[in-house]
Amino acid sequence: MTPRFAVGAPVNVRRGNPPGHIRTPYYIRGKSGTVERICGEFRNPEELAYGRSGEPKQVLYRVRFNQKDIWPGYKGPAKDTIDVELYEHWLEPVR
Amino acid sequence: MMDNVTHTHEGPDPHAPRPDHDDTLTHHKRLEIAVRELLIEKGILTADEIREAVERMDARGPHLGAKLVAKAWVDPAFKARLVENGSAAAEEAGVQMDQPTRLIVVENTPQVHNLVVCTLCSCYPRMVLGIPPDWYKSRAYRSRAVHEPRAVLAEFGTRLSDDVTVRVHDSTADMRYLVLPMRPAGTDDFDEAKLAALVTRDSMIGVTTL
Amino acid sequence: MGGLQAGPVERVEHDYQLWEKRVDALMVLLSRKRRFTVDELRKGIESLPGDAYDRLTYYERWISSITSALIHRGTISIEELRAKLADIEQRPDGPKVGTP
Repeated sequence: MTPRFAVGAPVNVRRGNPPGHIRTPYYIRGKSGTVERICGEFRNPEELAYGRSGEPKQVLYRVRFNQKDIWPGYKGPAKDTIDVELYEHWLEPVR
Repeated sequence: MMDNVTHTHEGPDPHAPRPDHDDTLTHHKRLEIAVRELLIEKGILTADEIREAVERMDARGPHLGAKLVAKAWVDPAFKARLVENGSAAAEEAGVQMDQPTRLIVVENTPQVHNLVVCTLCSCYPRMVLGIPPDWYKSRAYRSRAVHEPRAVLAEFGTRLSDDVTVRVHDSTADMRYLVLPMRPAGTDDFDEAKLAALVTRDSMIGVTTL
Repeated sequence: MGGLQAGPVERVEHDYQLWEKRVDALMVLLSRKRRFTVDELRKGIESLPGDAYDRLTYYERWISSITSALIHRGTISIEELRAKLADIEQRPDGPKVGTP
């Protein structure tokens, strides 16, 4: 499976609060960051959670966000970051 | 949960087992016995496998992470491999990765400090640090480490200037993170074993420095 | 729970009891044998009643979740579990029984 996003690509995290088991933290949904690395392909945990196969595998990314973009009123320098692991189906290109 | 545990790290015995139901057969202890015995009776697991898994767990602890850190401090080529591919370098150093998850090693420098948390559950680099401490799994740590990392660090006695970038790593999926702390000053003549003895668990989670 | 307000981090820790380690071992072994996944464990914990997070300890939540998943998968039946629990209830020397 070819990763849809390259290292350094800007990405948006999908919004929304679908039912079920979700591996995308609530606080990061709808935010914008940059692909820090491509971690490889893994079975989809949101399917595995229900005893299903988790196939097809999903590309997993580590995305870096600026803390100031995530938390209003973040107390710390503008260059502080947070990295979150996100599966490809949670990411959208920045237009 | 907190009622059961009154010891702090500064207390007389920080690792005392929970005193509450040591000798009583609670509902959940009964469940464990029941499920385990049923799985053994069905031939899905054996008692030996369970015993071995517990022994393996007991054998894992922060000394493994400390070994990797000390080796990285004395061997720049190893450090480069460790940061490039944590799992492979750890295996090379004799630390087994028997999990599907992969190890990412993040390096502290004078400019960057790394802090690890799992906000969704309690993901932890067990292959190199063993089972996580209770506070790592606590509501307070998981809630706050992401949005006020500097305040959490200060509670652990770690005060960083604004010149230092704080990088939080939320361990949300299949990666596990080990912080490579900075080598303390005045240790130039230390050998690897002596260096490893300096490396604390908390410094490899990133809540403290050395 | 990332991003929620909360009080100071209380730096508690304890050495795990044998039964807690065995719960952990069940998880490790069942996932290795592809009879369970850590994702089912997490989903099961999320599905526990609202107060379970504060009322139960860590491995109490784990064994609750593991048990539910094994029943759901049909690995063990509710009837088998009920009979086994009744049997354990009858044993004279409590938690020492059944130690592997």
